[in-house]
Amino acid sequence: MTTREASDYSVVNRYVENAKKAWYKFSRNKMSVVGLVVIVLIILSAVFARIVAPYPKHAGAFVNYAEANLPPGWHHLLGTDVFGRDILSRIIFAFRGALIMGVGVLVMVVPIGTVIGLIAGYMKGSLIETILMRITDIFLALPPLILALAVCAVMRPTLFNSMMAVCISWWPWYARLVYGMASSLRNEVYVRAAELIGESRFHIIFREILPNCLAPIFTKMMLDMGWVILTGASLSFVGLGEQPPTPALGTMVSDGAKYLPDYWWISIFPAIAIMIIVLAFNLLGDGVKDMLSTEE
Amino acid sequence: MGINLLKRIGLSIFVLFGLSILIFIISRVVPGDPARLALGPRAPEWAVQKLRQEMHLDKPLYTQYVLWLDGLVHGDLGRSLVTRRSVTTDIKEFLPATLEIVILSAIVLVFGGIFLGIISAKFTNSWLDGLIRVISYLGIVSPAFVWAIIFVLIFGYNIPIFPTMGRLSPGVVPPPMITGMYTVDSLITGNFGTFVDAFKHLVLPAIALAMGGMAQAARITRSSMLDNMGKDYIAAEKAYGIPEGLIFVKYLLKPSLIPTVSVASLDIAALFGNAFLVELIFNYPGFSRYGISAMLNKDLNAIAGVIMVLGVIFVTINIIIDFIVAYLDPRIGLAGR
Repeated sequence: MTTREASDYSVVNRYVENAKKAWYKFSRNKMSVVGLVVIVLIILSAVFARIVAPYPKHAGAFVNYAEANLPPGWHHLLGTDVFGRDILSRIIFAFRGALIMGVGVLVMVVPIGTVIGLIAGYMKGSLIETILMRITDIFLALPPLILALAVCAVMRPTLFNSMMAVCISWWPWYARLVYGMASSLRNEVYVRAAELIGESRFHIIFREILPNCLAPIFTKMMLDMGWVILTGASLSFVGLGEQPPTPALGTMVSDGAKYLPDYWWISIFPAIAIMIIVLAFNLLGDGVKDMLSTEE
Repeated sequence: MGINLLKRIGLSIFVLFGLSILIFIISRVVPGDPARLALGPRAPEWAVQKLRQEMHLDKPLYTQYVLWLDGLVHGDLGRSLVTRRSVTTDIKEFLPATLEIVILSAIVLVFGGIFLGIISAKFTNSWLDGLIRVISYLGIVSPAFVWAIIFVLIFGYNIPIFPTMGRLSPGVVPPPMITGMYTVDSLITGNFGTFVDAFKHLVLPAIALAMGGMAQAARITRSSMLDNMGKDYIAAEKAYGIPEGLIFVKYLLKPSLIPTVSVASLDIAALFGNAFLVELIFNYPGFSRYGISAMLNKDLNAIAGVIMVLGVIFVTINIIIDFIVAYLDPRIGLAGR
């Protein structure tokens, strides 16, 4: 909504102003900042895992029985597993799969769910709405984890396939969220005005309605990152995700659970890693919610 | 109410019908031949052919679906390729065990969550409120299987007051099969010792399963109670001199529970999903563990059966919750949902 006459200078100024305001809203809650910092650290360590991890070789099929089941200590901060692999290194490498999972799923799911929700919402009362939303209802008739498990079960267990499985169970939630917003926004004056001057449906749906749905969609995305990662970890926990020797957080927890309580560190530290990553995305999501909310 | 109920049930039947198609498609897109998959690579070709005929794999896809649906309606889900028994028999055996956990867990979730939420709202910003809020946050972000592992570690080994394996202690004779739920069956037959033992085995898995939903329920109850406390009608009732206790229960608590109940329905349904993971840790021979072993072995009939049963349960829970919400908030009709 920038005025066309405004000079470049004032446009830049406005961006800086907006960014400052957004940061103020975001950082009012200190926990959001903590979440942001943790997420940045996790992303950096996952990207530079080869440099950051103390024993990068331990992320693969490495075996050293002489150092198996070592408790946390100076050489292995979080101990070693039954094959003598450094758990900290494996967690850092497992963050890669977790982040790919989270980003990959949302990148696929959000556009699909949004488009379906927008079309169904704008065409409320039509046959298309009925068909789209009833199909959505069918996918919502199962808890996401169960649907994902079922889809995963019939495919070969790989990271990509488990991502597809989560996608299949996740898009309906976006469809429903956007549907709810679109079906109320279609009665707004500016949508009626656009209809009156004969704008195309495409223009109305994507240029008039969509921009007003973006803030809630973005907020949900941030909050969902943690849940998607958690669902991915749950799939790998039962053995339907990334296969060994590639480290995955869920697999590490379930493998380690066999050695409780004597070698507790094998499963507890990956479990804590899952908690931290989910918690951090939740805190970040809360901050984004504060940032995008219109209330002062 | 009657017409709305019918509409709601009609829609649910439609959804379940759609779900049956979805599940059928999922169980048929498997790369490779399901019959060959079931018998293994070394089985002779004639045996594979025979099984293919038995499973109707030689017929066109829509015929297969009609046959499968026909069986489903008559309670025949085909034969499990792993247990070599009818899937229906397997489900009858394993489902009650999981129902026991999930029911207990749902009770803990709803009452525990509401109780913690009330305490938190009543003593806002006290240390107790702070503690409950921190635990709630941890509860929400930790998956049920992490709680299960923590519980096994603490209560199984450090403070061994609850068993962490299976449904009954070794040596305890299972009660005769009536409902299939050990706690209920042992009470019916008056075997109190077995009841206590079976119940003890349920405690840890049920609480581990409930943690996430309970935390969620506590947070929502707290915030909606705080919202409602500031409303004008509460102030008006205070001015009228209505006793604090009555205001609290009848005018504050009841409307505040509406969001809690709506969210709890989703959480309770999700218990079935997470039970899949928790049962693995507690080595609990339930429905979910049966489902997982079916999934890992690509036992298609069993997978389809398990998922379909869960779909029916999930949809039923949603109907029930809708009615509870409609009872709590007369403004919400069922028609628009």
